[in-house]
This record gives sequence, C-alpha cells and structure tokens, in this order.
Amino acid sequence: MSWSSLIPATSFMPIQATEIAKEVDLLYAFLIIASLVSFVILIGGMTWFLIKFKRTSLDQKSAYITHNNFAEFLWSFIPLVIMMGIFYWGMVIFEKLRTPPEDVAAEIHVTAEQWAWTYRYANGKEFYSSANDPMIIPAGKATKLILTSKDVIHSFYVPAFRTKQDAVPGKLTQLWFEPKQPGEYIVFCTEYCGTKHSGMMIKIKAIPSEEYAAWYHAEKKGADTPADLGKTLFAQKACASCHSIDGSRVVGPTMKGLFGSERKFTDGTKTKADENYLRESILVSSAKIVETYPAAMPLFQGQLSDEDVANLIEYIKSIK
Amino acid sequence: MSSAHTKTEHGHADHNYLNHGSGIWSWMTTLDHKRIGLMYFATVATLFLIGGFFALGIRLHLAKFGAEPLLDPDTYNKFMTFHGAIMVFMVIIPGIPAFLGNFVLPIQLGAKDVAFPRLNLASYYIFIAGAAIAASSMIFNQVDTGWTFYTPYSTAKTSNGVILLVLGAFTMGFSSILTGLNFIVTTHKLRAPGMTMDRIPLMIWALYSTSIIQILATPILAITLLLIGAEKTLGVGIFDPDLGGDPVLFQHFFWFYSHPAVYIMILPAMGVISELITAFSKKTIFGYRAIAYSSVAIAAVSFLVWGHHMFVSGQSTIAGIVFSIITMFVGVPTAIKLFNWISTMYRGTVTFEAPMLFALGFMFLFTIGGLTGVFLASTGMDVHFHDTYFVVAHFHYVMVGGTLMALMGGILYWFPKMFGRMTSDLGGRISWVLIFTGFNVTFFPQFVLGAMGMPRRYFDYLPEYTNLNQISTVGSWLIGLGFLVGLITIIHGIFKGEKATDNPWGAKTLEWQTSSPPPHENFINTPTVTAGPYDFR
Ligand code: HEM
Ligand SMILES: [Cu+2]
Repeated sequence: MSWSSLIPATSFMPIQATEIAKEVDLLYAFLIIASLVSFVILIGGMTWFLIKFKRTSLDQKSAYITHNNFAEFLWSFIPLVIMMGIFYWGMVIFEKLRTPPEDVAAEIHVTAEQWAWTYRYANGKEFYSSANDPMIIPAGKATKLILTSKDVIHSFYVPAFRTKQDAVPGKLTQLWFEPKQPGEYIVFCTEYCGTKHSGMMIKIKAIPSEEYAAWYHAEKKGADTPADLGKTLFAQKACASCHSIDGSRVVGPTMKGLFGSERKFTDGTKTKADENYLRESILVSSAKIVETYPAAMPLFQGQLSDEDVANLIEYIKSIK
Repeated sequence: MSSAHTKTEHGHADHNYLNHGSGIWSWMTTLDHKRIGLMYFATVATLFLIGGFFALGIRLHLAKFGAEPLLDPDTYNKFMTFHGAIMVFMVIIPGIPAFLGNFVLPIQLGAKDVAFPRLNLASYYIFIAGAAIAASSMIFNQVDTGWTFYTPYSTAKTSNGVILLVLGAFTMGFSSILTGLNFIVTTHKLRAPGMTMDRIPLMIWALYSTSIIQILATPILAITLLLIGAEKTLGVGIFDPDLGGDPVLFQHFFWFYSHPAVYIMILPAMGVISELITAFSKKTIFGYRAIAYSSVAIAAVSFLVWGHHMFVSGQSTIAGIVFSIITMFVGVPTAIKLFNWISTMYRGTVTFEAPMLFALGFMFLFTIGGLTGVFLASTGMDVHFHDTYFVVAHFHYVMVGGTLMALMGGILYWFPKMFGRMTSDLGGRISWVLIFTGFNVTFFPQFVLGAMGMPRRYFDYLPEYTNLNQISTVGSWLIGLGFLVGLITIIHGIFKGEKATDNPWGAKTLEWQTSSPPPHENFINTPTVTAGPYDFR
C-alpha cells in the first residue's frame, strides 16, 4: 500500500521479521495518520479559534451559543465508527497472533525464573539461557512456545515479531511465531520481575530449516525425551488403570487422540484440549468433568512437579 | 457568629476564613472546608516534591551520563516504586478532589460547608496517617514491586515493606471514600435555593462522578491490599500458585480498582478545565449537558474495561476482544468533551492569562494522551506496546499532562479566592512555558522508545535507546524547573501578591459572588440562583 509508506512510521519499529509484523505495522501507520489528522482537526481548530476570537477590547461581547444537536451527534458518531473500525482491525491481527497454525515445526517448553529462561525441546534437548545459548528455531516455519514460570510472572517479548506473552507460574500459556528469514532476534522480559529484570534477555536464532533438522537430531542433550519420561510416569502413577491408550473405554477417557480434541463437560461447557487443559485435568481433575464419566480421578496436585506434568503432557500428545 | 459578618456586606471583608481564628491549633482542628482544602494543598505539594525527587533520580540514572551507573538495580527499583506509588496514591488521586474540590465545591453550591464537616477533617487525618504508614515503608523496609504490586512477586519474593505500603494505601483509601461520600451528600442536600441539578457547575458534575467511582471502586482495592497482607503474613493462598492461588486473579482485582482510578484522576481535571475554558473565553460552555452526562458515562463505563491491562496476561483471547471493544466506548465521551471545549472558544472573546495557558496545555497534552490510548485499546497493536515505554508515555500524557496541568491552572485560577491576592501572571507564564516544553521533551521520545521495543521498568537498556533517553532526561529538568518557578510564584503570591478583587476573572459561578477570601461560612446572605452557571449573556 502506498499511503503507508508515506510516513517513516515503520522506521521506528524494529525490523519486520514476520508476516504479522508487517500487518501490525500497517495498522500502526494507519493509526499514526488517523491520529495526526485528528490532532490537526482538534488542536489546529482550537488554535485557529484562539487567534480569531482573541479578546481585543474590554467591552467586547461573546456570542451566546449553548449547544447544537447536529454537531454533537456528528462528533459522537464519527469517532465511534472510526474506533469500531480500529477495534475490528486490531482484533483480526490479535487472533492471528494468538492462534498457532495446525502444523508447527518446533515446539519448545520455556520456563522462566529470576532471571533466566530454560528451553526444552521435544526430544529432550535442554538449554539454560545464562549459558548464552540462543534459542534455535527453524526459519520459514512456525514455532510454538509453551510458557510457564518457576517463581514470579515474566513476559516473553520479541519486538521483531511484534508479539509477547506473560509466563505465569502455575499456568501454561503459549506463543507462536514464524520468522521469514534466518537471523538473530532479541527477546526481552517485559513483566517486572525484580532486581535483574532488565538483564533478562535472550536471543532467538532462526536457521534454515534443513540446518535446524540436522541440529535438532544431532547429539541429544538429555538421555530421554520428555515424552519418554512421561510414559514412565504414566506407568508409575498407575494412570493406565483408568485410561487406555488405544481408544478403548475404561474408567476414564482414553488418551488416544485426546490432545486437540474437543471436550464437553457435565456443566455444559466445552473446551479444546490444549496444554493448559491437560495440566489442570492432571493436577485437579475435579475442575472439569467430561460428560458421561464419573469424577473418580484422584488429585495429583502436590505430587507431581511442573516438569513431571510437562512430561506427561508430551506423552499424551504423542498418543495419536 | 453570623452577626459578626453582617457589617461587611460585600467585597473587602476584613474578617475572612483565614483570620477567623489564629494559631496553628485553630488550623489543625478547623472544620472549615476551605482550610481543610488548603491543608491538603500543603500536604500534597510536599508529597509531590518527594515524588518529583524520585522521578528526577530515575531520569538521571537512565541518562547514563557517567561511566558508572548512578543507582544500583535495587535502589533503582525502589525509586521507581516510590515515585509511582507517591504520585498515584498521594498526589494525583487526592490532588484535585481533596484540595481544589474541598475548597471550591461548597462555595460553588452556595453552601456554608460540606454536609459532614467533622468527617471531612477526619478524612484529612486518615490521609495523613495513611501517608505516614506508607512513608515508613521507605525508611524501614523498602519496597521494589512497582506501584502495581503484582503477585507473586509482591507476596513471595520481596521484603515485608510491601505490607506497610499497602497498609498505607489501604488507609488512604478510606479518606478517599469518605471525601467522596461527603461530596455526594453535599451536592444532593446543600445546594442553594434555585440551584437545580442542571444548574450546578461542571466542576461539581466532575467531582460528583468521581465520588461515585471512589465509593464503588476503592473498597475493591482495599480488599485486594488486605489480601496481599494476609497472604504475606498468614500464608493464605489466594494469589500465589505455590499456595494454590492464582496470580492473574490479583491483576483482575487490582485493575478493577485501578482502571476506574485513572478516571478518579482525570475527571476532576476535566471539571477544572470546563471552568477555566468558559471563564477565559467569557462564553457559556458549549454542550453543558453533554459534558455533564459524559462525565457520568465515563464513570459508569470505566468499571467495565479493566481487562485491557491484561491483553497478554494469559486471559482468554475472547476476553481480550470484549475488553477492547468496551474500551473503545470510553474513547467516545472523552472525544465529546474535547469537541465541546473547543466549541466553547468559538465566537468567544478569549484572553490568555496564566490559568488559561494551563488549560490550553491540558488540551494539547490530553489530546495526544487520548489518541495514543486508542492505539493501546486495539488488541493487535497493544501486544507490541504493552509494558513498553509507549505505555509510560501514554499515561504520563493523560495523567500528568492532564491532571497536573489542570491542577496548576486550577490553583492559579482560584488563588485569588483562596488568599485574597493575585499571583504574578508573568511567573505563571514562565512556569507554564517550562512545564509544557519540558513535558513534551521528556515524554514524546518515550513513544518512540516504546515503538522501538524498550520495555518499561528497566534499570538498563540497549545502546540504541541511549539518545532518546538522554533527551528525555533533559526534559525532566525543564519540568522540575517549571514547577520550582510555579512554587515560587505561589509562595510569592501568598505573601506579596497584589490584593485581589472579588471576581478578578469576571467569572459567573457562585464562588466569585462572595468576597476574596470568603468569610468563614462562605456567604453572608445565602445566594439565590436564577440561571445556569455560565450565563455570559
Ligand atoms: C482519560 C484519561 C486516561 C488516563 C488517566 C489513563 C491512564 C492510564 C494509565 C495510568 C495506564 C497505565 C497503567 C499501568 O500499567 O501502570 C494506562 C494504560 C492504558 N490506557 Fe489509558 N488513560 C486514559 C485514557 C485512555 C483512553 C481514552 C484509552 C482508550 C481509548 C486508554 C487506553 C489504555 C489502555 C488500553 C492501556 C493499557 C496499555 C497496556 O498496559 O498495554 N486510556 N492508561
Ligand atoms: Cu522477568
């Protein structure tokens, strides 16, 4: 679009590393132009009146005007319409930012703590950010992060991708992005988290996806993948006595194809089984009871660490 | 008592509220709303100087002029916290209602005092007690959470000083509620004969709407703060996930108060601006009803938008979208007010004394602040800007640019009424030029920093942000200097200012119909009202 390149708006923004960044910047350019126009109408109009109607002699009289319904209607209605437009435009972008595509090339569990990040890949590779390891991701493909925190709230912000998401203790949140080109991008923590808040930076390094595949499969760091560890736990905690992994019905729902499916609950609500839902169901199963099943599962809260839960989730995801 | 005043029918009262009793004790125990207003003034001004000291410290540190950082990270975080907490809870929230509102509201209504004078004095002492408790956290056990006290940082990871600070804020909340209650009852019960609800000045409409918010929202803050205290001392698990709580719940509670609170800060400012613009345009306010009702509308809608502070907190996407659309609805009454004020100037006869300059400064800064609010209200855009300097710039433009400009304008406007003397117009103008320029130099670059991605509450930053931060710091010195000049102008006015007439600006509202300064009970004969408040025919 030509009008958006009229102003150097995007030059103050960080580089546009994703498609969505471009869309965000287009909205930004529109907002800047619309604001400039509004500002000129308001403050320009005011300045003009101030000059034109400056008092010049003591006995001057002002006009007696109390209101004007038509003008008042217009200046309520027009801003309303414009703001609804801006709302809608923002919403469209927001939904894209929040909805990862079906097929993601890399899924990384990110755990924040004061003042570092740990990232764990599906095959067990694990990095602690203060070791200065950038987060390696494939370029041109979607990456999904599953975020949580060990202590206080942190927030994962990648200016070049125009996206951020809080990492909340006791909760799993998610974030996705798809950088177009290989490159290094900075990540800030944007939720105040104490002394070294501003030092909590890491880098994301996007590399060509063949290179990524090679890197990903080269020397594993952990012996077992999270899914393997989850499988062991599944057996240890006797989950299998109530949940099948082949689709058959036992006491509780089967794990087969569970991840991503739609769950209907006894209270009539519905949700898609994502990481957060699984986490809640494992720790406090009584929170939501799936239709036609009894509320029979014991509480695992306090018995499983965050890492155990993450491993179990990875195992459940693998039972397709 | 009333017989003592009858000899001064009008004008040059030799007996007024300032000399109606002398000695410090007569002030400390006064039930006169005007004196209580001035006591708030002295208190808030002192707190403002302390908050300003922290602000200049923060900016000086961020300029990175020397090779060594000025502050260490922990000290920086404490400066940041005290600056925010003092400015929000002790300066901007009480500033206009408790000080100007207390002074002006009963006189504008033609009343002798507020409905509950004793409660009014009690509110003042509760405020002092709260401020003292909060200040003790500065001395004993310092706090570094930021003024938003997000959990579990505040409950699990930092010093117990938080308890003192939240207890202080909790206490000040009562003062706020009681003042609001007093204003509402006063407005309903003590209007002069003939003053119907559609003849009350817009300042009163603004204070009235503010009071409603204060009464409804402050208890939520109070409970939230108590829960923080309970969690910290007793280990009750409400917000800390390690204890089974939910940290995002705290944010819901906190913003359910603190979003309406931003309107506690700005609505009274809008009231002041409405008075100033008519008085200095010598013209009836345009769209009296629209301005009055939009204040009430803002008060109502402000309760429904808190979630726009939490677009990336992990609340659901749909919640974000709903909060976004409702937030856009608050923008409309705000825009209506701007249009009304500007139309008031149309075909008026405008003069530019210092108070009017502050009103015009308000218009300029508030417009920028309001427009950038729309950026933030748009979800897809806010994800990038949330918790960056863009937000810092936005809320300083609206709150500081808005509220403090209105406060300065209001002080200079009502000064003759308060002290019976004029301030130096030149002093006011110099102060204005410095504050206005300094303000833009300080905060405009922060929009750019935010767009570039610099997060807020950062002790340190990337090299590419250096220049803009340095410009911002230099701007903060201009603001500081501007307020210093303003303070000197005010002090000079109190002791050496020219004698003021009863109505130096030729305004129409009731407070200008009594003497300057007014007698102890405001009017010698209760006025009767026969027309609207701004009848410049
Ligand atoms: C009326 C005067 C206003 C005041 C006093 C005000 C004040 C504030 C304050 C203090 C904050 C920051 C809170 C913090 O995190 O510390 C803020 C943020 C915000 N304001 Fe305003 N504001 C005003 C007008 C507006 C308007 C008109 C809109 C939208 C149409 C708006 C939308 C927002 C949004 C969406 C945020 C959250 C930004 C974020 O944290 O990402 N504001 N405002
Ligand atoms: Cu952090």
